[in-house]
Amino acid sequence: MGLENIILGFHIAITPFNLFVAVIGITLGTIIGVLPGLGGANGVAILLPLTFRMPPTSAIILLTSLYWGALFGGAITSVLFNIPGEPWSVATTFDGYPLAKAGQGGQALTAAFTSSFVGALFSTVLITFFAPILADVALKFGPPEIFAIQMLTFSSFVGLGGGDPLKSLVSILLGFILAAVGLDIVTGQLRMTFGSTELMTGFDFIVAVIGLFGIGEILLTVEEGLEFHGAKTMMNLRVVLDTWKILPRYWRTFLRGSIIGFWMGFKPGGATPASFMSYAFAKQASKHPERFGKGELEGVVAPETAAHAAGVAAMLPMITLGIPGSPTAAVMLGGLIIWGLQPGPLLFTEKPEFVWGLIASMYTGNIIGVLMVLAFVPFFAAILRIPFAILTPLIVVVCAIGSYAVHNNMIDIWYMLIFGVIGYVFKKLDYPLAPLVLALVLGDLAENALRQSLIMSQGSLAIFVTRPIAGVITAVALFFFLMPLLRPWWRRARGVPAAVPSPREP
Amino acid sequence: MRAANLVTACVLLLLGGIAIFDSVRLGIGWGTDGPKSGFFPFWLSLLLLAMCGLIIVQAARRASAKPFVSREQLRPVLKVLWPATAMVVLTQVVGLYVASALYLGFYMRWVGRHSWLAVVALSIGVPIATFLVFEKWFLVPMPKGPLEAWLGY
Repeated sequence: MGLENIILGFHIAITPFNLFVAVIGITLGTIIGVLPGLGGANGVAILLPLTFRMPPTSAIILLTSLYWGALFGGAITSVLFNIPGEPWSVATTFDGYPLAKAGQGGQALTAAFTSSFVGALFSTVLITFFAPILADVALKFGPPEIFAIQMLTFSSFVGLGGGDPLKSLVSILLGFILAAVGLDIVTGQLRMTFGSTELMTGFDFIVAVIGLFGIGEILLTVEEGLEFHGAKTMMNLRVVLDTWKILPRYWRTFLRGSIIGFWMGFKPGGATPASFMSYAFAKQASKHPERFGKGELEGVVAPETAAHAAGVAAMLPMITLGIPGSPTAAVMLGGLIIWGLQPGPLLFTEKPEFVWGLIASMYTGNIIGVLMVLAFVPFFAAILRIPFAILTPLIVVVCAIGSYAVHNNMIDIWYMLIFGVIGYVFKKLDYPLAPLVLALVLGDLAENALRQSLIMSQGSLAIFVTRPIAGVITAVALFFFLMPLLRPWWRRARGVPAAVPSPREP
Repeated sequence: MRAANLVTACVLLLLGGIAIFDSVRLGIGWGTDGPKSGFFPFWLSLLLLAMCGLIIVQAARRASAKPFVSREQLRPVLKVLWPATAMVVLTQVVGLYVASALYLGFYMRWVGRHSWLAVVALSIGVPIATFLVFEKWFLVPMPKGPLEAWLGY
């Protein structure tokens, strides 16, 4: 660890070819991020075969740039169309879309991109300087700690989500149960397939996301008539500069979001819960919590900072430990092996030019990224001028393509339609969708962590309480889970009349 | 709204029941190498049943005058849903490219009332562009039908 390492990295990252590769990656990534359903993980997977003949460092720069681009692109559809391109953009829609509808799409987008950049920069700086220390901490995490962290994530949906706690729990449980469908990789048994070969592969969360958020959202939007409510946006240098003048006001939200994002990010599936946690904390800390959900700029800053910080932090365990922190990082890890590199701590000593080139490219990639998306928003805003009767079938076709591309399986297109209807019904009945998707993503990981913990403890649940780190996390998680029960009790104890339940997240 | 809430909770209750049934078949106890396959789904489903039960009790008590969906709202929703379903059925028969051409053309003419020129241009141009991007550029194969086979793909 030293200054000479990062200088070496920059020497590699700013060669003309690698800068060119970063620009290509960000352009493609932003387009992929804008198209609902074609997210970072697919995008990286789709592009992976094209990198086999490239030098590994350029290849990883291409894929990570694609990932940054997808992270930026997700914000565009969330703000302008109310369609989150990625699960971690869901929280951005809460305030981004109302802002865009009120004619402040330019401000919302500038805030989103700037927050993304700040979050990413924060994580990159931390990765640069604290990678070895944080790797040590993460190394101490055993299965009980991982399971406890996952419970903490879900408990925050129930305790801080603001919706009906029963329905939040049902969404979580349904997600976990759907994740269990198919082959159980530990015992090799088929679960809940009832003899159907189609069900053997289970339900992929990407298909679920495309259906629930993509198709479901379209169905919900057209209720008000066959028009697409893509908000108009004014984006020019003046809007950007004016927004930049306001943003320093939210420095606390930036800092909180960055820290939450980094902390959640190096664990699998961290970006989505990080964005929700950051949003919930910003709302609780705000002097005007009632403005959240109606178009508060801070409500865009909080989730975007955390999501991007988490997205970058997901690279940390991949390069230091060889453990992917996100589905996208998992695909990149596969790439590393194909390029003939051994993922893990040895990379730092054996391939310093690769590791430090990658770290330096995180700086250059995000700087190029934020400037490019700010400059080319008018290009993306052109999507808004496409008439509804063209855009709807286009989105449905792109969703179908995205669903099919996951496993090259026709059944996934059907699942997408079914998830679309489920998403429509659930949203109307106030069942939150994000915990369902998150449970579907984390299902196998959580189950494995639980299994390994129980094996360690010979079947006793006490292991989640007696280990010091796990114990603290479990206690906080339990507190959040029980919060809906404690809240009326607490109010009565303080002599405050039971208030009307807070309005749900849109 | 009340009826929709009750029906949804009952469907979820049924799903939970099915999951419990299968979990018990797989074994919910302790196997030779840790918890059996049914252990995790069993407890999840049991919790799901309990939560749905509570939701049903809650929903049954609460009267709601607001309908789940009005006739005026349902019509445009179905106008999106059934062509999309038809597109998926067509994809299975003639492949994604032809299906998306027919779907796009039909939708543009029927809902958007765009001119025939725009309809034909886009419904042929978009699938070709899709083909070039995915099949050629990204090397992602899509479901194909007789037309692609006739063209040699």
